[in-house]
Amino acid sequence: MADKKFAAYLCAGCGLGEVLDLGTMEKVVKREGKMQVIKRHDVLCSADGVQAIRDDIANEGVTHVLIAGCSRRAKTEAFDFPETAMARANLREGVLWVVAPGTDHDEVRQEMADDYIRMGCAELKKMAVPTGNPNCASNKRILVVGGGMSGLTAAIEAAETGYEVLLVEKEPQLGGWAAKLYKRVPFREPYAEPQDTGLAELIARVEAHPKVRVHLASTLAETAGAPGRFAVKIATESGAVTQEMVGAIVQASGFSTYDLAKLPELGGGLPSVVDQAGLEQLAKAANGGVIQRADGQAVSSVVFVQCAGQRDASGTHLPYCSGHCCATSVKQAMYFKDANPDVDTVVLYTDLRMPGMGEDFYRSAQSKGVIFTKGQVSTVKAAGTGCSVNFRDLILNEEVTLGADLVVLATGQVPNSGVNIDLLAEPAAAEQTPTDEASATPVEPAAALPPSILNLTYRQGPDLPQLKAGLTDSHFICFPYETRRTGIYAAGPVRRPMDMLQATDDATGAALKAIQAVENAALGRAAHPRSGDLSYPIVRLEGCTQCKRCTVECPFGAIDEDERRFPVFNESRCRRCGTCMGACPVRVIAFENYSVDTVGSQIKSLDMPDEFSERPRILLLACENDAYPALDMAGVSRICYSAFVRAIPVRCLGSVNTIWITDALNSGWDGVMLMGCKRGDDYQCHFVKGSELAHYRLSKIDDTLTQLSLETERVASFEVAITDSRRVAALINDYAETIKRIGMSPLKGFN
Amino acid sequence: MHALRTTGHQTIPAVAARYRNNFLKEVEAHVEDGEWVKMCMQCGVCAGSCPLGAHWEHPPQELFMMIRAGKRAEVLTSDAMWMCTSCYNCVVRCPRKLPITQIMHGIASYAQELGLAPEVQPTRDFSIQFWKNCTKTGRVNEMKLTVGLYFKDGLVAGIKQVMNMLPVALGLMKAGRLNPFELLRGHSPKDQKGIAAMLKRARAIEAQRAPVTH
Amino acid sequence: MAQKEYAFYPGCSSQRKASAANYMTSVAAMCKTLDIKLTDIPDWNCCGASIAYAGGGELERVVMNARNFTLAAKHLPDRDIVATCAACWLNSRESKVKLDGNPQLLAHANEALKEAGLHYQGSAPVRHMVEVLIEDFGYKELKKPVVTSLAGIKFAGYVGCQTNRPFGIAGESFENPMYLDKLVEAMGGEALTAYDQKVTCCGGALAFSEPDKSQKQIRDVVESAYDHGADMLVTPCPLCQANVEVYQSEINRKQGTNFHLPIVYYSQLMAVAYGGSVKAAGLDGHIIAPTRLQEIATKK
Repeated sequence: MADKKFAAYLCAGCGLGEVLDLGTMEKVVKREGKMQVIKRHDVLCSADGVQAIRDDIANEGVTHVLIAGCSRRAKTEAFDFPETAMARANLREGVLWVVAPGTDHDEVRQEMADDYIRMGCAELKKMAVPTGNPNCASNKRILVVGGGMSGLTAAIEAAETGYEVLLVEKEPQLGGWAAKLYKRVPFREPYAEPQDTGLAELIARVEAHPKVRVHLASTLAETAGAPGRFAVKIATESGAVTQEMVGAIVQASGFSTYDLAKLPELGGGLPSVVDQAGLEQLAKAANGGVIQRADGQAVSSVVFVQCAGQRDASGTHLPYCSGHCCATSVKQAMYFKDANPDVDTVVLYTDLRMPGMGEDFYRSAQSKGVIFTKGQVSTVKAAGTGCSVNFRDLILNEEVTLGADLVVLATGQVPNSGVNIDLLAEPAAAEQTPTDEASATPVEPAAALPPSILNLTYRQGPDLPQLKAGLTDSHFICFPYETRRTGIYAAGPVRRPMDMLQATDDATGAALKAIQAVENAALGRAAHPRSGDLSYPIVRLEGCTQCKRCTVECPFGAIDEDERRFPVFNESRCRRCGTCMGACPVRVIAFENYSVDTVGSQIKSLDMPDEFSERPRILLLACENDAYPALDMAGVSRICYSAFVRAIPVRCLGSVNTIWITDALNSGWDGVMLMGCKRGDDYQCHFVKGSELAHYRLSKIDDTLTQLSLETERVASFEVAITDSRRVAALINDYAETIKRIGMSPLKGFN
Repeated sequence: MHALRTTGHQTIPAVAARYRNNFLKEVEAHVEDGEWVKMCMQCGVCAGSCPLGAHWEHPPQELFMMIRAGKRAEVLTSDAMWMCTSCYNCVVRCPRKLPITQIMHGIASYAQELGLAPEVQPTRDFSIQFWKNCTKTGRVNEMKLTVGLYFKDGLVAGIKQVMNMLPVALGLMKAGRLNPFELLRGHSPKDQKGIAAMLKRARAIEAQRAPVTH
Repeated sequence: MAQKEYAFYPGCSSQRKASAANYMTSVAAMCKTLDIKLTDIPDWNCCGASIAYAGGGELERVVMNARNFTLAAKHLPDRDIVATCAACWLNSRESKVKLDGNPQLLAHANEALKEAGLHYQGSAPVRHMVEVLIEDFGYKELKKPVVTSLAGIKFAGYVGCQTNRPFGIAGESFENPMYLDKLVEAMGGEALTAYDQKVTCCGGALAFSEPDKSQKQIRDVVESAYDHGADMLVTPCPLCQANVEVYQSEINRKQGTNFHLPIVYYSQLMAVAYGGSVKAAGLDGHIIAPTRLQEIATKK
């Protein structure tokens, strides 16, 4: 790298100049920070202030910039100098707005500001300008796996946005479940009548589109590579294999119906009992005429049983609601009423869930004379030529036996998510690793597992990780289509149960994510949630001990191993969370602008007051996704917290290397707080597993504390949400009280 | 025209077909606003909004479900709908906009017409007395209505009631709001004959919608 | 303002020496001040009220009202029909909605009306007197003729059911209508806007047939008025007025309460505010005398 030149810019705007002593800070910058250019500006974010920085970069050869003013989350458009390394000392949201006002607090406030200056300078010294992923690849073709409603929609959306699409469908024709429907639930006003599926038109559009190529009766024999350069082998039933390159993948592998044979108490297996798919078949055969059973008898009375084998708390059947089945039963009840209003049509539900505009559709069925009642069905038995339904009417509070020619069970969707990679475990590694992912040695015989959808060559297993109940869901609000395999996006019922309209929305969203992924990959940039980030993990292999912690802990399967068990980074799969860096016991993994050193040097840069000063120092490592914004919001809301805290943003708690904590304690810090996102099934972690891994690592920190003869309270971790601005302040103040109670660290002055 | 508007006491079939449309269709054909019954979504806001809610054997939404479940006898012999005070609170709160008050009146009226209404039902009795009273001349005779009510259970009960309410009655007379001479001759429209003929014709038209037989 | 003319539907209880005779007296005084001309629909008949359902079928009840509309259209064409009684207004308006919206019912109604030599061909709107005051005058206009302030009297506005539901007064909520409070304030009285039983049912016709159940309702209405410091209740409904006034002594007798709360009509306090005497405002027509209002009416 060319010569480094460090410059610090102190902003006096927003009241900083009136309350803080900028002169003292300039001295700190100069004497301790050793900055070569030091400037002060009244409003640094103004055009004039920004121009001054630009001029220095252009004319003075400044390569490293410290902005001492507002939070790194503020004024990002103004302070955008991609050709330099930049650090921000947060004096506004982090000091001015959160330290209690008044001259009584002048001293502690100034100390806090000076420390942030020191930390900014120390961080900057260790930073380099990110150069971008050198292994980037630029294939922009989108592979869509599955030719049902979701897959067809993803294909047409991507193609019409201008991207080449490869569509692979395992059946010999397109359409999936939609092709088996007589009609669909309406998705347009007035939401009153079943409608044509619109599938034929969609298939025609896909087949005629010059940018789409369709492979029917084909599956994926192998998927290797990374965003921008996935190599996929497409196998036909005959065994012929063709290899294609694609940039990103949308997995729309859909669902299967729940096995009726698992519901014998509800009549599963009886000739007069069908599931909703079975009824579609009968309706299709009737084609608007009187619906007949398979044995040819016309149906004059039909009972729909909702939630059959679903929403089951006992663990026997599906635990979830499949979302579409109430509307589907309403639609199917209309098949009967529309053909013959005299058919007795009863829908038994415990909760009728009609999402979207379903209420209008429900109303329409009522006006057609479909009888709905809240009923809990216990058994369905054969009776006469039909069957009898035994249920408790929950409105009338009585047991009822109702005869019917036909019973329709509203069973749920079972996602076609391939192999559950959590069932693949490396027995020896299982106990050591905190994560449920491991390498691909099947515990059970392979025959017990469903066939893989993707056949990924990743060390973590052949399919997408499942969140729960076999679904490949991700965070349902913040990043629904993201999977833990970068560049592969799940859409439709494989992700979570849903109806056809939701599946088309889903497919459109996933197609856009796939497009974003190929575009980022081509530029060597990160995908969500650090979309656009040019930094990437660099490993010093000469120091690596082949411990595999990074390969095992990476939440995204970005790291493989070579034959000598050294990690092989697939930068394009990496999300830049730094979990590998946090995991590495020998600290050989770093990003150019974020490393064990950039944070570690900040921790050691402080002017540490002595043991008798009554001025403790609390290190706060705060996740930049939720915790740090919450801290900033506390400032914006002028919620005060202890001036003894010093916050350092981290990419994810997963990137926290325990050496930082040990170093902090050894340097005389009196306490260390960690704030990250919620972990577990309903996680909020933007890197899915980061906060969980951090929690696991911290569970072992007590040993370290005991070795250092320190109280266990000296390290504490908290889960916070982005909305917790009031709470983060309270947590800090409570923790400051705790430190006051247990006293100052005895380790001051020994480092 | 003052004969009770009934078609005689019906025998009730022991077992009706359940969850079939039979009774619902009967209600739709014969009960005022009965076509709305199928639209109830069983939220129960009506039950919670009724001033006399605690006294209903079956709240409106339950009556609606009973109709849909084919519980004909239980519905028509119930005294639930006779608890309606016509306050219309259920109507304005019903999220499905069912004219519940009107349907309650309609079911009560239909039960009365079929002769299935409870033998002893004071509101039913008052309702009939009121109708008789107001259609006798075309306008209500408040004095006759009141006296008729007090003596409906016999002379002794009537005198007791009168004694209880005597101070009030005297107060009203003093205030010029109750006229004992109405017992002899009250207010009335001139065309009483026309009104009588009109109502007779209306009754005949209504009777053409013969109730279903079971 | 020019004189306003309406076809008037007085209803049975407003007749001479009937239960709401004093309502009528005060309405006459109020209308005189506001230059409203009410002309009775010639030979009008009873609306059937809400309670007649077991005696008369739907068609019989509808034709009773259709007869009134037809007479109004015939003798007082182009004049809005105005009722002062809540039940008269509700039943008329409901019948009109049915007649105008149901061709079969209309045909049947005309078949019956023919017997009385009449034919319904639509009618002017059916309105409550309160609607006339609010919509054709407005609070500001109503305030202008005030000569006697009602200052110092606390009124709880008891709207009740049938002027409020299901049709109600345009712009008012079903749960918390404010028009009585606004009328009280326009007359210079103190409106207890926080009174929480303003739309509670008094039991209506069931005051006769289910006295215990209804008297519980009435007790709530009165008790809450006392709790809010009311000097009297003000209401737009004759049955509300009668039930709540008449049964207080019954409740006192049975439950040991000591209720003695006057119940007046909005038109009475308007008549007083407009300078009317005790007699003109119908204040002599109460069992529980509204003494504070009487004092003001006497003093001026």
